[in-house]
Amino acid sequence: MSDTAAPAQQRVPAPRQSLARRGSAFFSAHPRLRLGFLISAPLLWLGIVYVVALAALLVTAFWSVDSFTGEISQTWTFDNIVTVLTGSLYQTVTVRTVGVALLVTVIDVLIALPIAFFMAKVAGSRMQRVLVIAVLMPLWASYLVKAYAWRSVLSQDGILQWLLTPFGGSTPGYGLTATVITLSYLWLPYVILPIYAGLERVPDALLEASGDLGGKTWTTLRLVTLPLIWPAIIAGSIFSFSLSLGDYLTVNIVGGANQMLGNLVYTNVGAANNLPLAAAIALIPIAIIFGYLALVRRTGALDNL
Amino acid sequence: MKRTMPPTRRHVALALLAATTLAALTACGTSGASSGGAKAASTLGPNEGTVSILAWPGYVEDGSNDPAVDWVTPFENDTGCQVTSKTYGTSDEGFSLMKTGDYDVIAASGDASLRLVAADLVAPVNTDLIPNYAGVYDFLKMQSWNSVNGVSYGVPHGYGANLLMYNTDVVSPAPTSWDVVFDKGSAYKGKITAYDSPIYIADAAMYLMTHQPDLKITNPYALDEQQLAAAVTLLTEQRANIGEYWSDYLKTIQSFESGDTVVGTTWQVIANSLTAGTPTAVTVPSEGVTGWSDTWMIASKAKSPNCAYAWLNYIASPEANAQATEYFGEAPSNQAACEFRSAGSCEAYHAGDADYASKIWYWSTPIAECLDGRTDVKCTDYAAWTTAWQQIKG
Repeated sequence: MSDTAAPAQQRVPAPRQSLARRGSAFFSAHPRLRLGFLISAPLLWLGIVYVVALAALLVTAFWSVDSFTGEISQTWTFDNIVTVLTGSLYQTVTVRTVGVALLVTVIDVLIALPIAFFMAKVAGSRMQRVLVIAVLMPLWASYLVKAYAWRSVLSQDGILQWLLTPFGGSTPGYGLTATVITLSYLWLPYVILPIYAGLERVPDALLEASGDLGGKTWTTLRLVTLPLIWPAIIAGSIFSFSLSLGDYLTVNIVGGANQMLGNLVYTNVGAANNLPLAAAIALIPIAIIFGYLALVRRTGALDNL
Repeated sequence: MKRTMPPTRRHVALALLAATTLAALTACGTSGASSGGAKAASTLGPNEGTVSILAWPGYVEDGSNDPAVDWVTPFENDTGCQVTSKTYGTSDEGFSLMKTGDYDVIAASGDASLRLVAADLVAPVNTDLIPNYAGVYDFLKMQSWNSVNGVSYGVPHGYGANLLMYNTDVVSPAPTSWDVVFDKGSAYKGKITAYDSPIYIADAAMYLMTHQPDLKITNPYALDEQQLAAAVTLLTEQRANIGEYWSDYLKTIQSFESGDTVVGTTWQVIANSLTAGTPTAVTVPSEGVTGWSDTWMIASKAKSPNCAYAWLNYIASPEANAQATEYFGEAPSNQAACEFRSAGSCEAYHAGDADYASKIWYWSTPIAECLDGRTDVKCTDYAAWTTAWQQIKG
């Protein structure tokens, strides 16, 4: 108090040494600590929600479960990993799941390319906005509603049967074909949008230059456009591929008697009450998608996500 | 083990912090089984004021789903026990939920009850403390799925059969045998449905009892390695003809209505729920049927054991038992319940028909100790059935 009583001696009153002020002075002098302090909260969240959950999953895979009482015993064992790697069931289902995921990805990319090209390069700005909304619209509806809608479309007395009968065709019914159709529908927006964003960034001048130099439409698309949007296509494929790998609801709803990796995880947690084995199975899609990411890392696709 | 795991409490705290189902589930595993075998209560004390109940959908209705369906409120008014309830969809889900220790009472089917006993999750029940137990049909009491070594583990609720349903336009002549879904299944290839659970293996075993007597199966829930292998072979052959498996009963209703499924396993409640005009019928084939008989059980660590006893007594009363079993679509367990059910509903489920009931092989948990009394072999347990079921589905 005595300091403030004699202000005449100081031109600027000394700041009060509160904790906040001292703290801010400290952080001002130590920029690295300042950064650490700022991002600690989000990092903590990311660490706990992502890393701990994933670590818990990985660790569980090395435990075992008492088959009758359902108690998890925390003795380390590689049994589950060995079972998953050597069991014919898991190999069959993995091949089936990867096959479905690849097929869905190819179909989605083939459908997405012309749509995205039209949106980015042909449509006017007003039309462009309408199309973006149209592509996004299905994402606003519940996943389950869309999957069950396909269940009724593909049914024996569904609209598809009604449409195809005059042409001698018939609905594929419930099964893997139905699963591929439904998954392709569900993930299509996730593939269109990255490719559209990639095409947006291709300068029109490059296409014109190609034309001026004598490039025909297909030559231009093949030699100019495709290499430029390749990372965007890969980015879109990561979505459709990884989402299909983990899916279990669609195949449950329209897949008939078939099952995919997700179903095995689901039944092992729900029906078999065998969390360790489920965790071990869940490692398969994780390993596959990590392999896929490692493969496409160099294309620059990850910058396009 | 000590080295790799932090103490349970810290682990649980961490799991809560992480707020992920996965972490929470692993924490459940660490809480460990305390053995010691709880004893049945000998006397009842004052009611605690609350009771939490785990049950199949439609078993504990307090009017919140449908104002006209409410048998919980009278119980609350009479006993002062406020009911909180949670429903589960499969026996396995119910078993997992019981492990959390949050529930005082569970309505368990036979494929879960013995596992609950073995895991020390439920306590013996002193039926002398439950006056309405006297009114329960004798053929439901002290069965292999609700008692162990002559000790009762609960009060029977309702029972029903896994029937054969078929589309009368497509499947003719009317089937009298399960062979329409097994040996003659290819006639309806792609349009057959089956219940999606390891316990469905018992249906195949029951079929083999009649058609392959040299396997010497006497109880479809007591299968040795060889008998299980035969059932698995039958089901693997059937797999090629299956259109889809069902566990969600709404899915099978839709499937029968649209004609995507024409023959397969069903429940009476599904047959009752089909829209009028669907050309279907249900039958009890000559080989018999599997079915369920549910039991109200009390958690070994119940926080409100007295209210739990009060609930067991209440739900076994003719009025409450009639309401709950009619709403779900099954036969009641109380002999007097039919007086309180709507006309014809008891007949539809063959309530109290001991002869009909004797044709039903009630769901039981397959255990290593053979349920049919054989001691010279080890039987396959539920884990083996689960593995087999996943192999069958492929």
